[in-house]
Amino acid sequence: MLKAKDVRFQYKKNSPILRDISFELEYGQVLCLLGPNGTGKTTLLRCILGLNKTSSGSVSIGDIDVSSLPERKKAAHMAYVSQSSKVSFPYEVRDVVMMGRVASFSPGGSAAPRDVKIVNDVMERLEIGGLARRRFQELSGGEQQMVLIARSLAQQARIIIMDEPTANLDFSNQTRILRVIRTLSDDGFAILMTSHYPDHAFLACTKVALMRDGRIVNHGAPDKIVTTQNLTQLYGIPIRVTSTDVIVNGSAIKVCVPILAY
Amino acid sequence: MKIRGIQDKFWLVISLFLFVLIVGFFLSFLVGRYPIAPKTVFDIVVSNFYETQHYWDQNIETVVMEIRLPRVLLAILVGGALSLSGASYQALFKNPMVSPDILGVSSGAGFGAAVAMLYRWQWWQIQAAALVFGLIAVGMACAIAYFYARQEITVLILAGLVTSSLFQALLAIVKTLADTDNVLPSITFWLMGGLGRASNSDVLLMLPASSISFALLFWFRNHIDVLSAGEDEARTMGINVPFVKSIVILCSTMMTVAAVSISGIIGWVGLIIPHIARLMVGAKYSRIASSSFLLGGVFLLLIDNSIRHSGGVELPLGVLCTLVGTPIFAFQLSQARRSWM
Repeated sequence: MLKAKDVRFQYKKNSPILRDISFELEYGQVLCLLGPNGTGKTTLLRCILGLNKTSSGSVSIGDIDVSSLPERKKAAHMAYVSQSSKVSFPYEVRDVVMMGRVASFSPGGSAAPRDVKIVNDVMERLEIGGLARRRFQELSGGEQQMVLIARSLAQQARIIIMDEPTANLDFSNQTRILRVIRTLSDDGFAILMTSHYPDHAFLACTKVALMRDGRIVNHGAPDKIVTTQNLTQLYGIPIRVTSTDVIVNGSAIKVCVPILAY
Repeated sequence: MKIRGIQDKFWLVISLFLFVLIVGFFLSFLVGRYPIAPKTVFDIVVSNFYETQHYWDQNIETVVMEIRLPRVLLAILVGGALSLSGASYQALFKNPMVSPDILGVSSGAGFGAAVAMLYRWQWWQIQAAALVFGLIAVGMACAIAYFYARQEITVLILAGLVTSSLFQALLAIVKTLADTDNVLPSITFWLMGGLGRASNSDVLLMLPASSISFALLFWFRNHIDVLSAGEDEARTMGINVPFVKSIVILCSTMMTVAAVSISGIIGWVGLIIPHIARLMVGAKYSRIASSSFLLGGVFLLLIDNSIRHSGGVELPLGVLCTLVGTPIFAFQLSQARRSWM
């Protein structure tokens, strides 16, 4: 279980970017952070990953305080799919995915047969086996995102942290990524993600946290939290949340519609 | 689906480079102002390991063992070391435009050598001064970057630029003070690079510097690959980024500073060789590193041989490298715009 308790982060004293952040994330759950631009979502992810040092509060996995772990151990627990991730130089896809395994190579060694198998397995799992020998830069945005998810899975961490996994993707690729997120949570991964699409919370997430000005203002099940009133308040524009006639698992899927003019 | 067969080509390319290097090594003994028959060269080399009949003049043995041998070895080692450190810095800075003197090592070494020449020190002292000031320059660049922004790799490049400019300014002052009849020409000539004074003791500096660096870099080859994903991403993949960065900077500096102190400033090799290597063997650091080393050795050996062959006035090696290197680089840009992203 990933647990954040009273996390606070600031660059300058007395002007915190994040404050009083607390949440828990069980394995098999998907927690989606929603909120306007510049509200600290990415910063929160970075604090959890230890890329930014929290000013106070704690992040723990089970009984282990994450901040005390060296990188290699941390990577065994948590993997990161960052937004707008780049790979410099024309690496092949399988080499990019293999990068997720490098920290567990024996010192000075190369990929063991086990590592190759893990890499092949995650690529099969995400249905990108056919891209293995292609160059990463030549792939489409959707394919690149799949490769980066594969790279995070290759780490074999059970917590995956994704920063806007559907950003800059077309409709079908967004759907593919959401489907992957759903399957991964079914397989017992804990996923913490951010999104600019409240609809995605209904489609793929089990929990939602609404963030504004560096705080979590509301959190809970998507049905309870992603409401007309909450979203209108959160984003400062009129938004209607309404049910559709699409029934999945016995309940109607909801959508969020921004109202341009009354 | 496009498959370029990079993997299969790698061993072919590396064997080809190795073959050319070995053949080039032996043929290079025949090049020079003093014509020596191939059989004599062979017998002289063998005589150093087995007792054989000396039918040649002692002068000829000196030419082979104390002039040509170190020069040929150093051309290979210096070319290899500069290319390997260029390849390593390009991986570290995620930028194919980076060359081995990005952190100011050449400017520092140039200043050190110039000061030593100003005081008319001996050759080995000039080399030592180049070595020390090369290290000081890199140390300064790293210190500036460390104190102002621990995380930013771009700051490191800027810091290198700053120290580079500082030592170039200091060098200009030394040049102004230098005696224009003797000292200034020797400073100028040193700055243009050359292996004219190569000796076996230089090999004793260059060989360990490059082999230790090569071994260390090869040990961390996969970690260096992960850096290409970005520093934050590499950290979340479990890589100790500051440590790997230090290894790359340490090894590249060690090789470059040793090379520069022996051969003066030789540009372009460290920039174009990794490029050519990348085009031939793909992006993986282990492949680029090994093929760059071999190809760099071949390249500098060929250029140095052409200098030795031409006789008369010895053209400066560094200048000739630039002369040959620039058109190759320009040609490459037109060929492979996509591959060096």
